[in-house]
Amino acid sequence: MRAYLLARLLTAVPVLWGVSVVVFLLIHMLPANAVQMFVGTQVDMTPAQLEELRRLFGLARPLPLQYVDWVGHLLRGDFGVSLRTSRPVLPDILARLPVSAEITALALTLALALALPVGVAAAVRRGSAVDAGVRVLGLLGLSVPNFWLATMLLLLLSTVSPLASIGVYVGFLADPVRNLTVMALPALSLGVALAAVFMRFVRSSLLEVLGQEYVRTARAKGVRERLVITRHALRNALIPLITVVGFQAGYLLGGTVVIEEVFALPGMGRFVLTAIGQRDYPVVQGVVLVIAVLFVLINLGVDVLYALVDPRVRYG
Amino acid sequence: MRGGVLRSRGAPLAAAGALIVAAYVLLAAGAPVLAPADPFQMAPQTLLAPPSRAHPCGTDQFGRDVLSRLLYGARISLGVAFASTAFALGAGGTAGMLAGYAGGALDHVLMRAMDVIFAFPAVLLALAIMAVAGTTVGTVVVAIGIVYTPQFARVSRAGVLAVRGLEYVEAAGALGATPARVLVRHVLPNITAPLTVQTSLTLSLAILTESALSFLGLGTQPPTPSWGNMLAEARRVMVTAPWTAVAPGAAIALVVLGFNLLGDGLRDWLDPRLHL
Repeated sequence: MRAYLLARLLTAVPVLWGVSVVVFLLIHMLPANAVQMFVGTQVDMTPAQLEELRRLFGLARPLPLQYVDWVGHLLRGDFGVSLRTSRPVLPDILARLPVSAEITALALTLALALALPVGVAAAVRRGSAVDAGVRVLGLLGLSVPNFWLATMLLLLLSTVSPLASIGVYVGFLADPVRNLTVMALPALSLGVALAAVFMRFVRSSLLEVLGQEYVRTARAKGVRERLVITRHALRNALIPLITVVGFQAGYLLGGTVVIEEVFALPGMGRFVLTAIGQRDYPVVQGVVLVIAVLFVLINLGVDVLYALVDPRVRYG
Repeated sequence: MRGGVLRSRGAPLAAAGALIVAAYVLLAAGAPVLAPADPFQMAPQTLLAPPSRAHPCGTDQFGRDVLSRLLYGARISLGVAFASTAFALGAGGTAGMLAGYAGGALDHVLMRAMDVIFAFPAVLLALAIMAVAGTTVGTVVVAIGIVYTPQFARVSRAGVLAVRGLEYVEAAGALGATPARVLVRHVLPNITAPLTVQTSLTLSLAILTESALSFLGLGTQPPTPSWGNMLAEARRVMVTAPWTAVAPGAAIALVVLGFNLLGDGLRDWLDPRLHL
């Protein structure tokens, strides 16, 4: 087990390094350089003045040296300073992290709650009208863009009661009830497509397990069908779902950027969109990096969890 | 288990999907003939007109005909989706085949690079690329293309690994065929099935990503219509003119459904292991 964990941890290192290189290069391959962005295009400067500023910002040095410098600062928690507010980037990102994390967690919970019973029902009644209906529903869920669903939900809300507003974001700890009222529609908008993915997966995974010999053995020795499904089949069918959840974390983390914008929620996604609009590149760089690292860590966690649940991984 | 084309469960689904996609392609191609009005023509006297005979999908806040904008928007959305998927298929497919066939260090370097791209959530990476590279149609295509390259690389590498050790491939090499010839003539035909399925599914994701970028203002720029930016513009007026917000989203959902049906159906049909 320890060897497996260590090996898995080590595979994350080159990926994280690659992520840092990509984020670094992304900003340094900008057509106009950071200095010009900082001073803005309206300010006229002589080439000598520009050069002086570039030296001041450490941009005149060779790229690899700048990279080493940048990573050194990152490792000490210094993500640079916003070009607009002059505030350090990292604390501002972390302050917005809980909002994005909450949307993501709620959407995931909602998706699983919807997908499990429906997916199981479809598998158990395979080939029936229920199964066909679930298949169509699943494809529809995959096809509706989350930002359109979000927009339609807002439209519906305004038609039902013209004065109802979704409300301003309140932290969960400050007022749990109002917080959940505000978060319900965003979580639903983001969760529907995910529910479709999970539902389809639960169905096919359960069908696969139901064809295994140990299920036939259980049936042969007279175990009631309900118990065969819940105790013998479902348990094993759900283990690979863990991997699918990890895989879909990318959809959630990307989707929350769009959904936060639609519902005007103060999360990391809206922060990065505003920063893009203001050409505040240190913030863009910081948010992209934080989200990518989160995604890598989530998948690492998922693999560790998988190894804990399924002993075949550890000894295989 | 493996039935004929017509007995397969996937065939009707794939056919329905192909029908939807074909209809969209025809509508997009025929936009100049089919559109009832000029998609850029503003008309101050008919702002936010509800659907009528003259304007089947109503007009927007500038009095432009929504149906005409949808039809012209289809050209952008489908064009970007096809081009970016072709980019991903070309880049990812080639990288995967090389990695699988050559093995060793090249395999390692290429696939780790794919892992890095894969470590970013798709929409976020596309957003970041658009933010620094600027919003032109070309950058949208490349940004979306890059984002979906790793899937193709993985699919084609797995396919190559599956057939590489087979006798007929080794025989071709032993007979003196160059690696390029072995790859193109003997390996490629055997991985077209999974690549076809992946292409169809990626097209649906590319449509969704393009519209999300345009919705956020980082894809196709107004006044050029794309379904995403039409929806974004409609948000401010949708309470009085719901058709402006309903129509573009429905257009996206239906074509994405078409690509999903196609991909799903093809997978059922081409991959007998999934005949459950």
